[in-house]
Amino acid sequence: MEHMGIEPGRLQFSWISSAESTKFVEVVTQVTNAIKALGPNSDFTKKLAEVA
Amino acid sequence: MLSYAEKIREIAGRLLSSGAVDMVIGFRQGTVPMMNEPHFAKTPAEVGKLVWDSHCGINLANYLTDRKEKIGIVAKGCDSRNIVTHVIENKIKREQLVVIGVPCKGMADKRRIAMKCPGEITEVIETETAITAAGNGFSQTFDKRDVLQHNCSLCIHRNPAIHDELVAELVEEQQGVDRYADVRSLEAMTPEQRWKYFEDLLAPCVRCYACRNACPLCYCPTCFVDESRPQWVGKGQDPSDVRTFHFLRAYHCAGRCTDCGACERSCPVGINMRVFTKKLEKDCLDLFGWEAGLSLDVRPPLDVYRPNDPNDFIK
Repeated sequence: MEHMGIEPGRLQFSWISSAESTKFVEVVTQVTNAIKALGPNSDFTKKLAEVA
Repeated sequence: MLSYAEKIREIAGRLLSSGAVDMVIGFRQGTVPMMNEPHFAKTPAEVGKLVWDSHCGINLANYLTDRKEKIGIVAKGCDSRNIVTHVIENKIKREQLVVIGVPCKGMADKRRIAMKCPGEITEVIETETAITAAGNGFSQTFDKRDVLQHNCSLCIHRNPAIHDELVAELVEEQQGVDRYADVRSLEAMTPEQRWKYFEDLLAPCVRCYACRNACPLCYCPTCFVDESRPQWVGKGQDPSDVRTFHFLRAYHCAGRCTDCGACERSCPVGINMRVFTKKLEKDCLDLFGWEAGLSLDVRPPLDVYRPNDPNDFIK
């Protein structure tokens, strides 16, 4: 995905066991903050056809 | 290389008349120059149409999917690797096949030839080392090595990976080829540059899916782009949909693509979509030491778990 030109960090992978609730919360917070810092991803938004 | 045709006919005739196979898949002259088409010879009488020259770029493994009869198939290096992949993926049984191996010196890129000619090419004559293209008021001769398909000029597996018959002596493999120069130059770009690069690359795409249809790996009964419940990807010309199609298709070929070039060859607008699959091919080689379709006995890396599989991307 990064090879295609998605900003590094927008796509993240984690391994969390169903018993690791604390890690889950940590990772979610971390990822959310990281993505928020990157700002909205406009690359994949479709624009409506322009009508006169 | 031109003597191959006779040998192919001889082998095909022998296989058909002895009943060893029900059908031989090879090439016949196309209706336009430089466009050979697949030929399915079912009787010894149909064998005469089989040909071999530098325009046999179509990957014939594509025609094996889920066939039930016994088949003799003409296979270049890349075709044979895709046949191996088909066998590994249970799309055909090895016992059904008689692989007629063709040591290959690369296929000509019809676009490169057409671009260098001033008009429409109506006749193409080939010798061992040169191709002469002629049309209304012109005739030009090219060295074969100058008009090879890009993937053929980078090929390091010209000889068939498996074969039961051989039409000629094995050819020398190319040494010291830098297969991934283009991928590396892409990797060196910033994400924004890459985004722009692919945007420009895919801009002319008309979503005809010729690349998918020509690809021997794309044999799903219903392709994800044709699914409507759920609809994975939009069907229009929107750049994000075009891109989604191309990179998802590439992902489906991860660890399977042999860089046969069928996709690029079939593209009506000449998009080099091999830059997607080549990146995956390079990653497979770097991370797993894997090249697709070389052996019937090894399972592909995305098929098996090994404790030392790279997993640095997981945080």
